[in-house]
Amino acid sequence: MKVWIAQPLRSYTQQKSHVEAAGATLRELLADLERQFPGIRFRMIDEQDRVRRHMRVFANGAPVEDLATPLAPGDEVHILQALTGG
Amino acid sequence: MAAAALALLVATRKGAWILRGDADRRRFALDGPHFLGHELHHVVLDRRDRRTLLAAAKTGHLGPTVFRSTDAGRTWKEASQPPAFRKARDGEDGRAVDHVFWLEPGHASEPGVWYAGSSPEGLFRSENGGDAWEPVAGLNDHPRNAEWMPILKVGTPDGPILHSIQVDPRDPRHLYVSMSGGGGGTWESVDGGSDWRPLNGGHLALFQPVPYPEYGQDPHCVRLHPLAPDVLWMQSHCGIYRLVRPAETWERVGDNMPREIGDIGFPIVLHPRDPETAWVFPMDGTDVWPRTSPGGRPAVYRTRDAGKSWQRLDGGLPREQAWLTVRRQAMTGDARDPVGLYFGTTAGEVWGSRDEGASWSCLARHLPQIHAVETAELDA
Repeated sequence: MKVWIAQPLRSYTQQKSHVEAAGATLRELLADLERQFPGIRFRMIDEQDRVRRHMRVFANGAPVEDLATPLAPGDEVHILQALTGG
Repeated sequence: MAAAALALLVATRKGAWILRGDADRRRFALDGPHFLGHELHHVVLDRRDRRTLLAAAKTGHLGPTVFRSTDAGRTWKEASQPPAFRKARDGEDGRAVDHVFWLEPGHASEPGVWYAGSSPEGLFRSENGGDAWEPVAGLNDHPRNAEWMPILKVGTPDGPILHSIQVDPRDPRHLYVSMSGGGGGTWESVDGGSDWRPLNGGHLALFQPVPYPEYGQDPHCVRLHPLAPDVLWMQSHCGIYRLVRPAETWERVGDNMPREIGDIGFPIVLHPRDPETAWVFPMDGTDVWPRTSPGGRPAVYRTRDAGKSWQRLDGGLPREQAWLTVRRQAMTGDARDPVGLYFGTTAGEVWGSRDEGASWSCLARHLPQIHAVETAELDA
């Protein structure tokens, strides 16, 4: 499926704004991203599997936080940066 | 030592800079920015190989990590396993590292060992030069952890922190850490971090219902003397203290500071050879605690007699209307003779002295808010 990558994470994706990754759940998708782009997962998901405070994940346009959220081929996932201070 | 070049590792809220000094420390050239836009809390040299640097980083959006350089800051690579707490058990409120605050090389006999302190309070250890980190369970999961490191948002403006990791040069298993947060205070381990106990006798906590509690103080910076490792100095939220082990009661040597200046501040710097000499940078702790130079007249204060007397050192510093704030990691010294001293301000200036604090000059300005300044004698 197509995964949009927030700008602050693109140092991990060779500056690609979107990448292809697979997984039946958000957890599996993140594992595939980590396999392809080592280090990317911990910058957006903490060690308790919580989406970090200033990151947002959307699946097909709907916000998701639970890593058990099911995904299907053809879904579109956006990993975005939330607002933060200056 | 003769072949080494002195550099200052400046960690700021918006990146890191390396000030590379000439042979006699007169001029420093700015190298950077490194990690522009990343918040750097500490950049530290591995003084055992004089080549490896570690940098504690996060950004406004991204989680915490550690970057490593094995070529004195020319190139950087991210740690493969940054410091992180263990996964919470069912029903447990799990902790997550917000940022790595303090980096400390391990004992000389343990090359590759590093320690890291975090916010919220946590201690982490690496055995491979800072590439992969593991939580130190003896502290992070201590049976008294809920008292010592409660999950509270209180602490410094950047959150509760574990800092001032000190390794006894005589014994790699003898460690000290300090915390500013929900619990707070100084702790000691004599078994490599498996068990810990508070070491806070005589240390005042004005903000607690009991003024001298077992723990709950706010040590801002604790330093162990490298050549006299029984001697510990502390700049606290509530004064300047000194402790000579095996004693367990800190002595408030800041009572000997001039009354109008007080003994509040953040950093404390020790003379690399003389355990009776130390420098502090007093902050205004009156009224609502402005935490700026008292009276707008910045000065370093030095003692040469273990805190019995203090001398004002302000040559070259602004004479008036200079409201400087220097954070706990933002003042340091080199090991040369005479000792060079350096501090960075929250307004982005770096000041240096080549004569043990007698005279000062501004080495850099217009940098972002400075969190930390460390010296590095680089072989490269």
